[in-house]
Amino acid sequence: MPLSPDPYNLIISGIGGQGNILLSRLVGRLMFRAGYQVSIGETFGAAQRGGGVFSGVRISSKRLYGPIVPQGAGSMIISLEPLEALRMISQYGNPGVKALVNSEGIHPVAVLSQKASYPSDEAMSAAIHKATDKAWLFNATKIALELEAPIAVNIVMLGGLVATGALPLDADEVADEVKASVPPHLAELNLTAYRRGMEAVAGA
Amino acid sequence: MAAIDKYEPGTSHFLLGNEAIARGALERGVNFVTGYPGTPSSEIVPALAQCTQKGKLHAEWSTNELAAVEGAAAAATAGLLSLSAMKNAGLSLALDFITHLSYTGLGPKGGACLMVVCDDPHGHSSGDETDSRWLARFATAPMVEPVTGQQAVELVKYAFDISQKHSAFVFYRGYTRLSHASNPITMGELPQGAPQASSDSSVSLNPYLSIDKHQDLLAKMEAIRADFEQCPFNTYQGPDKPELVVVASGAGHLAAAEALETLGLEERVGLLSLATIWPLPTAWVIEHLKNAPQLLVLEEVDPFMETAVKEALVDHGLGSVAVYGKGSGHIPMSGEMTPDRALSALAKIFNIKAPARDEAYERLVQQEVAPLVISRGLSWCAGCPHRASFWALDKAIKADARDAYVTGEIGCSTLDVFPEGKAQIKLLHSMGSGTGTAAGLGQLKPFGYSQPVVAVCGDSSFFHSSVPRLINAVYNQADMLQIILDNSATAMTGFQPHPGTGNTAENTPAPRLDVAKVCESIGCQVTIADPFEVRATTKVMRELMGKPGVQVLILRRTCELVRMKAAKSHPYRITIDQEKCKGAECAVCSRDFRCPALYLDPATGKTAFKEQICSGCGVCVEICPFKAISKQEND
Repeated sequence: MPLSPDPYNLIISGIGGQGNILLSRLVGRLMFRAGYQVSIGETFGAAQRGGGVFSGVRISSKRLYGPIVPQGAGSMIISLEPLEALRMISQYGNPGVKALVNSEGIHPVAVLSQKASYPSDEAMSAAIHKATDKAWLFNATKIALELEAPIAVNIVMLGGLVATGALPLDADEVADEVKASVPPHLAELNLTAYRRGMEAVAGA
Repeated sequence: MAAIDKYEPGTSHFLLGNEAIARGALERGVNFVTGYPGTPSSEIVPALAQCTQKGKLHAEWSTNELAAVEGAAAAATAGLLSLSAMKNAGLSLALDFITHLSYTGLGPKGGACLMVVCDDPHGHSSGDETDSRWLARFATAPMVEPVTGQQAVELVKYAFDISQKHSAFVFYRGYTRLSHASNPITMGELPQGAPQASSDSSVSLNPYLSIDKHQDLLAKMEAIRADFEQCPFNTYQGPDKPELVVVASGAGHLAAAEALETLGLEERVGLLSLATIWPLPTAWVIEHLKNAPQLLVLEEVDPFMETAVKEALVDHGLGSVAVYGKGSGHIPMSGEMTPDRALSALAKIFNIKAPARDEAYERLVQQEVAPLVISRGLSWCAGCPHRASFWALDKAIKADARDAYVTGEIGCSTLDVFPEGKAQIKLLHSMGSGTGTAAGLGQLKPFGYSQPVVAVCGDSSFFHSSVPRLINAVYNQADMLQIILDNSATAMTGFQPHPGTGNTAENTPAPRLDVAKVCESIGCQVTIADPFEVRATTKVMRELMGKPGVQVLILRRTCELVRMKAAKSHPYRITIDQEKCKGAECAVCSRDFRCPALYLDPATGKTAFKEQICSGCGVCVEICPFKAISKQEND
């Protein structure tokens, strides 16, 4: 199946510890298995200490691309946090970019130390919609907390991604991959998180 | 993720670059693996430690990089295949041994040794972006560097072949965009059989009579160069009569390929890609460059290839060929190689307009998105013992009022110097350097120096390289307070075990070295405190600060991420009394203590906390001046 655009540059961002690396590898594995060339670029290490982190997942039916997404060349931004979505849009956005965003904000320490103020939910949502071709915002953290599994935000987002239809992902194959990627006793919980994410975006 | 030895030959799997390096080593039959954690190299040793087999494969976290390379080199002299992995900064520590190892080679037993060094161009997770490729020239040693994960696998095998054939260790250079990139990798066969290790006591491997050995080494490098001339991983793609040739290594190759595609230059420009980067396969390079009127060199970080290529051109009477790159200003001298940089350099040379973002969109981003994007600096995790330790240190130094001077080093304590830290550390360089610099300052009393001197180090750094510096301080009778932030982990790089944790890289039990006993045996006065008892810790810091001799204060509290992994639950539930909380008037817990779980709620003007971030450490209860925060034990 041809991709539009090709290479398809997926940016997955969030805060260290939110599980965006696992999410990018899940998507990468799925697209690779579907027959595409996939390259993921990450920077991690010190970044897990409360800093912003992001991965670039580059998918192509033509050839293997390098792990760095060129500036302004994002096809879709998946962000586990809204401020990080804006940071990614300012760097990788373009008139055709799409965004799937968890609306639950996490304050940078600069906000706690009163050196900066965190933008309002309304301002962030308006800017995200304005600077994207299409955006889906929903509170994935709330869903994860309802399931008593704050760590499952990334899987909720994966469900959301499938529901956007932006990538040729088969819902059942994704579910199988989710199941295979987590310890057996957490499989049911993660599958629920995945389904809830799908429903939230499909209903939005 | 499965252990890398579980993948069947012929199947393809998604591997991190560092896992690809490890898989390549497995497929070539590596036996003895050592290393010290350091981003972006840290995943190589654990990937191999998951596959160890007695008598076939050993993998260890060594105490430091010097011990790591010595162990690996020794195993190679006993006929084994060995690999040592570290980041660029760690290689610097190991250089004394390495420069001698070049002269001796690996002996006659047929062993081989790779020194894998991973650089961090742009310094994503490092204090510098030092380019370790110069160390290949410095140490007169061969170096190779892969482009993709799949090539990383094959190049490991090739490098082992070169090492074995020439009885020379080989540097294998990784970099962030290889080590931390994931690609599909097709698996090769894993070898069977176990090696037999023994030493040949009929020869002495030493560098002396060094002039002779240096000459032999130079001859060996020429023999290696001759092999590199034939290396199948050095490639040329493009027309026979190119208008320009891009000379690329490492990250430069994929950046160049993408830029050529974007600009539609693939039919006009050649791409010469080098996997053997030292010694330069000069004849092969010249053969491909002699018909090119101009060159562009794409590499990261320093103009290393550019220098070598320019030398080769001059030596072959081609000094008039235009060479673009860092020297010409087409590529910046610092930072990583990106498709954007390659694109802008090529566009400039060919006088083509580089594609840019839509103007109206650019305006929209600048006016409506960028103003909202505030920075998100690194800081200690919720529940991190270091936040409490530095809070106490800040209080103690202010109360002491003699302008105590704090020296530090690398690790999670480094976050103190980041914008959201407590800004106490004023002198910080390398692993364990806080101890060495404090020992210097602690001897300056005769020069009128009157400030108390305080050094901080982590527990892994303590074993890594603080100990000999502490011995120096005791021996030379410095006056200093050494604070050891003992969180039972090499936390910054991912919680690897070390000599104080009681387990090994293979997750087997190990003798647990006691930090306090080591310090006492050296002759230090040792005090132990719990950083979560912030008031008591502040008090003991004040007592020890400026006392004569070498005082050691061990602040012992397990890293919250390590604790949580084992305990899976938080010790306390936190509640904030909205009546007692003074909100913005006070804000000590959020503004000063800066726990990520606590924030001023704009709706109420009082402190609130984020349950999903709070670790339940309870330190905020002690910090609050109005007793507004309380804790209840979790069931």
